[in-house]
Amino acid sequence: MKQSIITGASRGIGLAIAEELASKGSDVVLVSRSGCDAQAAAIAQKFGVRAKGFACDVADSLQVQESFKAAIDFLGGVDVLVNNAGITRDGLLLRMKDEDFDQVLAADLRSVFLCTRAVSRTMVSNRKGSIINITSINALRGQPGQANYAAAKAGIIGLTKSNAAEFASRGIRVNAVAPGFIDTEMTAALGVEVCEKYRAQIPLGKVGKPENVAKLVQFLASDDSDYITGQVIGVDGGLNI
Amino acid sequence: MTQEEILKKVTDVIVAKLEVKAEDVKPESEFGNDLGADSLDRVELVMALEDEFEVEILDSDAEKFLKVSDVVAFLEAKKNG
Ligand SMILES: NC(=O)c1ccc[n+]([C@@H]2O[C@H](COP(=O)([O-])OP(=O)(O)OC[C@H]3O[C@@H](n4cnc5c(N)ncnc54)[C@H](O)[C@@H]3O)[C@@H](O)[C@H]2O)c1
Repeated sequence: MKQSIITGASRGIGLAIAEELASKGSDVVLVSRSGCDAQAAAIAQKFGVRAKGFACDVADSLQVQESFKAAIDFLGGVDVLVNNAGITRDGLLLRMKDEDFDQVLAADLRSVFLCTRAVSRTMVSNRKGSIINITSINALRGQPGQANYAAAKAGIIGLTKSNAAEFASRGIRVNAVAPGFIDTEMTAALGVEVCEKYRAQIPLGKVGKPENVAKLVQFLASDDSDYITGQVIGVDGGLNI
Repeated sequence: MTQEEILKKVTDVIVAKLEVKAEDVKPESEFGNDLGADSLDRVELVMALEDEFEVEILDSDAEKFLKVSDVVAFLEAKKNG
């Protein structure tokens, strides 16, 4: 675990993952739509690793190809990819617009395909790599108002298992992490009332923190998990029991 | 490029990618049966050949590569054709 690329790393769970991997000595590339130079600079300063931000729409094939080529050049290789970028466009199916469905599928699912393909050549020839895809508890349980999001996140699980099987003989592991309810801007957008309703259902009695997810991702990125592949692992305070 | 030069270069790529001995790579060697290549090996091989020979190899062409001689004939036509 020396050269990591994390998508959606400008804030929230992605930023926590970038920090966690850097804290274990990995050089990191932070990818987000808007770029994250300030976050990268802070990480480089704090953990003494090399870090760089790239502005890239991970749903755009050409941008992914170009940014990932530059990212792999910067890192001198890539042995960890965390597909974390994601969006929500919630709404009941009765009124869901085509764009809301298509945009979520593109940002949340197509992006995982594009970014994985962009690192696959390097990882296959190096015979080493760990890919971690961030799915969601709602892919496993379904969620009213999130048909688009749940479909995309469930798609990630199929992609994870297929890629795990395809790459296993080359020493590349692929796993998915399914967070429950984590305190970030994505969930803050739901409003206090909804957040409280969720909290009340969580067996461990509290909302998760981005660091809870980051620590699992770090484990899956490291050789400590070198016999684990093709799995979907929850971080949800028991919400999926 | 002569056929011989192409065969030599193709053999080098195969030896590097498939971890086989040069003397086991003959024009009539089959990738699957003789050289032990699985489907991922074949894709890697094609990508390495594209780099080495600076050509583009379509999947539809690559599918027809059964033996080493198929690759040599393809590259000969592509480079000299
Ligand atoms: N917060 C939760 O409770 C929760 C629960 C389950 C799953 N998740 C998943 O975890 C991941 C991170 O969530 P978060 O809460 O930190 O979200 P967030 O909205 O705070 O951050 C999302 C990040 O993704 C980036 N991003 C989105 N679309 C992009 C695109 N097209 N190209 C490049 N970057 C893009 C944003 O720039 C941002 O950096 C998402 O995949 C989300 O679905 C979150």
